Amino acid sequence: MILLISMCSDKLHELEFVKPIENVVGKCLVRHYKNFTLKDIEKADKVIISGTSLKDDFFLKELERFNWIRDYAKPVLGICAGMQIISLIFRGKLRKKKEIGYYRENFVKEFLSLKDEHEVYHLHNNYVSLPKDFIKFTDSKIPQAIKHNSKNIYGVLFHPEVRNSKLIEEFLNLV
Amino acid sequence: MKLGVLFSGGKDSVYAAYLAKKNKHELSCLISIHSENKGSYMFHTPNISKTKKQSEVMNIPLIIQKTSGEKEIELKDLEEAISKAKLKYKIQGVVTGAIQSVYQSTRIQKICDKLGLECFNPLWQIDEEEYLKMLIKDKFKTILVGVFAYPFDEFWLGKEINSKFLKEIKLFNEKYQIHVAGEGGEFETFVLDCPLFSNSLKIKNKKILKEGENSFRMEVEL
Repeated sequence: MILLISMCSDKLHELEFVKPIENVVGKCLVRHYKNFTLKDIEKADKVIISGTSLKDDFFLKELERFNWIRDYAKPVLGICAGMQIISLIFRGKLRKKKEIGYYRENFVKEFLSLKDEHEVYHLHNNYVSLPKDFIKFTDSKIPQAIKHNSKNIYGVLFHPEVRNSKLIEEFLNLV
Repeated sequence: MKLGVLFSGGKDSVYAAYLAKKNKHELSCLISIHSENKGSYMFHTPNISKTKKQSEVMNIPLIIQKTSGEKEIELKDLEEAISKAKLKYKIQGVVTGAIQSVYQSTRIQKICDKLGLECFNPLWQIDEEEYLKMLIKDKFKTILVGVFAYPFDEFWLGKEINSKFLKEIKLFNEKYQIHVAGEGGEFETFVLDCPLFSNSLKIKNKKILKEGENSFRMEVEL
C-alpha cells in the first residue's frame, strides 16, 4: 500500500497537487500531513509526500511531524514541498529561489527514468541546500533531484505529475 | 477565502468555480477577458459577451476587460483586471479552469504571485473522461458553441455534453486523437445551466459562422 501525504493547507488545492499524483499511483491511502499516524507509516510499503501552492509554506512550521523519515527504511519520494521537508529533516538549509513554469534540467545520472535533458514543471519559492549523505542528479546550481546515499529516499523540486509521470511510476516499481 | 474566477463561460471556468464554492470558498467576482484575437493561447473567445447573462443568474459581479489579444499585451490586461478585482472586491485568490496548459497556468501563477494572491487550478491534470462524467453527474447543461478540428462539422454546434456525447467523443479520440475535453482547442463550450445558476439560460436566437473547412462557431442570443 502506498501512503500519499497531502501538504496542502487548503482542501481545494488537493485537487491540483494531490489528485494528479493519486491518478498516477492508483489505489492508495491519502492522508493530510496533520492527520497521518505512525501506524499509517509503518503499514505503508512506500510513501509519497506531495507539493502545495506557491503561497502555502505553513508546513515549514511543522517539520517535527516528519522526523520519522530519518530512520525510515522503506522508499520515500518527496515532491517540491515534500523534497524540501526531506532535505530539512536531514539538515539542509532553506534558501530563496523562485521558479515558475517549464525549465530544462540536465540529468547527469539516470534518476527514476529521467536522464539527459528534460523539461520539468517548477512551482516553488524556496529550495533546500543538498544535505550531507545525499547526492544530486542534475548539473544545476540548486538541487533539483536528489537521493540518499544508502536509502531509497528521493526528492524532486519540480512536479513530475505534470508531464513526467513516468518518474512516479518508476518510483512505484522500486523493489 | 474571497476568490475571483477567471471566467470564459465555458465548462472549465464554470466547473472550477463550482468546485471552489463546494470547498467553502466565496466567489466574489467573475473576471472575463474579451480578446479581439480569436487565436489567443490565453483566452477563449466564443460567446464571452454572454458571460454577463451568466453572472446575472449566478448573482456574482462581473469585471470585463478588453484586450487586443497580442501576446504580451493580453497578459498586462489580465493583470490589470485581476488588480481591479483585488481592489474592488478584496479577493485573496484567483480560481482558473486550467487543465493541461502549462503556458496558461504559468502566466497566471506569475501574475497571482506578483499581486500576492493565491492561485487555484482545481481541474489541473484531471482525467478528461472522469471530468466529463463529473460535469454530467453534477447537472451541468453545457453545449458546444465552436468546433475547430476534423471531423467536426456545423451539426455538432448546440450539442449537449451528456452520456451520448461522451460515447461519441471517445470514438473521436480513438480514431482522430480529439481530446475528450477539447483541451487541444478542438471545441469550445458554453454553460446554460448548473447548480451555481438561479435559473437556466435559454437560447432565443443563434447564428452559425463558418471559419474554415472544419471550423464553425455558433453565436447565441440569450
